[in-house]
Amino acid sequence: MKDLQLIKGNVALAEAAIQAGCRYYFGYPITPQNDIPEYLSEHLPKAGGIFIQAESEIASINMVMGASASGARAMTSSSGPGISLMQEGMSYMAGSEIPCLVVNIMRCGPGLGGISPTQGDYFQATRGGGHGDYYNIVLAPASVQEMFNLTIKAFELADKYRNPAMILADAILGQMKEPASLEPTEPIQFFDKPWAITGAKDHKPQYLKTLYLNDGEQEAHNLQLKEKYDHIRENEPLYEEQATSDAEIVIVAFGTASRIVKTAIKLAREEGIRAGLVRPITLFPFPSKAVYEASKRVRKVLVVEMNTGQMLTDVQISAHREADIHFYGRPGGGVPTPEEVLAEIKRSIHATAGIQAP
Amino acid sequence: MPQQVFKRPRALSDKPTHFCPGCTHGTAHRLVAEAIDYFGVQERTIGVACVGCAVFMYDYFNVDVIEAPHGRAPAVATGVKRAQPEKIVFTYQGDGDLAAIGTSEIIHTANRGENITVIFVNNTVYGMTGGQMAPTTLLGQQTTTSPYGRDFRTDGYPIRMAEMLATLEGVAYSTRVSLHNPKAVLNAKKAIRKAFEMQVNEMGFSLVEVLSACHTNWRVSPLAGQKKVEEEMIPYFPLGVFKERTGKDFL
Ligand SMILES: Cc1ncc(C[n+]2csc(CCOP(=O)(O)OP(=O)(O)O)c2C)c(N)n1
Repeated sequence: MKDLQLIKGNVALAEAAIQAGCRYYFGYPITPQNDIPEYLSEHLPKAGGIFIQAESEIASINMVMGASASGARAMTSSSGPGISLMQEGMSYMAGSEIPCLVVNIMRCGPGLGGISPTQGDYFQATRGGGHGDYYNIVLAPASVQEMFNLTIKAFELADKYRNPAMILADAILGQMKEPASLEPTEPIQFFDKPWAITGAKDHKPQYLKTLYLNDGEQEAHNLQLKEKYDHIRENEPLYEEQATSDAEIVIVAFGTASRIVKTAIKLAREEGIRAGLVRPITLFPFPSKAVYEASKRVRKVLVVEMNTGQMLTDVQISAHREADIHFYGRPGGGVPTPEEVLAEIKRSIHATAGIQAP
Repeated sequence: MPQQVFKRPRALSDKPTHFCPGCTHGTAHRLVAEAIDYFGVQERTIGVACVGCAVFMYDYFNVDVIEAPHGRAPAVATGVKRAQPEKIVFTYQGDGDLAAIGTSEIIHTANRGENITVIFVNNTVYGMTGGQMAPTTLLGQQTTTSPYGRDFRTDGYPIRMAEMLATLEGVAYSTRVSLHNPKAVLNAKKAIRKAFEMQVNEMGFSLVEVLSACHTNWRVSPLAGQKKVEEEMIPYFPLGVFKERTGKDFL
């Protein structure tokens, strides 16, 4: 039995970063993720690393770019408004194929919004977010344990594919305490980085760049990126399935919403309603096949999110064409209760029409 | 036996530049390459390119280069230097890059005293995008977005970056030089060497503001451009050293 600690999600994530070999953190304070820079400002120097509180999120992400381009594991963390400012840098990193970890402990927007939990940044995270044709690798934890495990995984995937990776969590996952083991379940993977800019000592000068002006060069570059993203789509989707084998309705939910749904499923089953869950763990790549298979078997689908229906679009793209898809969402800091979700399960079972507005 | 007294610096590639004929970016590149050669640091130098006319830096310098988003080169350089403190890191930025979109990054990087070198080429316009007004555009100067001439009532005043940055504790060296004649070029060469020396000696942040003509966008001949630098730019942007740290007194 591994030692369990009662620990905050943000802190478990920060500790995972150190264990994953991250030695450079650059960030700018914003609620509800401040425990991350606070923990790292204390512990990174002890691990031989560097913590800099930057003057802005724009500077933070660009410092991450410089450190990552040097071959190091580097990260930043923020919440909605700060992530918006980082999109430029993330686009450049995707374009010049520099890995990094960006953590978004979401707060509700648009704009300054509020600091309560939401899943409103799904589109921003999974559609690239910045300019150009690219994707972030996006992982969505649903527990403090996963804040730890998936952070390590995110560093590995980022390096493996030379691409920005993102942890997309919310204020609940960041702020709550749960028992978790702070020991990696598997040996942490590291990758050679011959592409890093370390001075042209052992190699010809090399460049990390995004500018391609010659005829066809940019297109060739983007097609090569597309091939990489296709490979990621094929090989890296992660998801959890629960009680779907005998289900009459399958619910798709990620992160915090999936935990509430799990309780709702229990309540439903107590009433004899056979509900099951498909929980995407990677949001890009989206586990389309799993959603397709489940919706093919179980034609009733309910998507539950803490927004007005963003992952819903990915479910619609993925689901069997005869699936009857319903939606329930609480945007703007409202957290659905299991009872509310149960009511939606019942409504969806009896309703025949498709998607309903929240 | 004839003796070779002038040759291409090792740190400079032999690729013909894309700059407009007569542009002094090429001269500035050469001076930077000479400094890199002088300190024998080519194999451990990393350049950070900005956007603007200088973005193709990686074609001209025989060193590793990373391209930063518009204005963010000082932040990228911070990340590179923190991860590789033993390397020589320099940014090469225009006035739009450093004095407009990237004002925040340059001020805070300088203020942290990052041990990097910034080559700041001030040609009073946005060259690459076609000659729009820059924060350094002179009062009365016509550009494509100040067709009636820069007016301080609408556009504010030209910013003197070298003086402004010199006020920051983290700055080890801040100077302004020009390239308008051979003597000025020799002075610029000394200044750029000094700026790299500051970094080699771990003295902190160094900046060389290089006054440069953009005769294409100024719509004058190259020679008339050099004359404008001397007669119109230098009176507003005086040459000289605004800060020079002599010892590690900051420790
Ligand atoms: C975010 C962003 N905004 C605007 C641009 C367009 N842009 C490219 S170069 C440039 C001006 C550069 O001017 P300067 O830094 O003075 O360099 P110069 O071309 O004169 O050498 C601008 C505005 C850009 N690339 N990125």
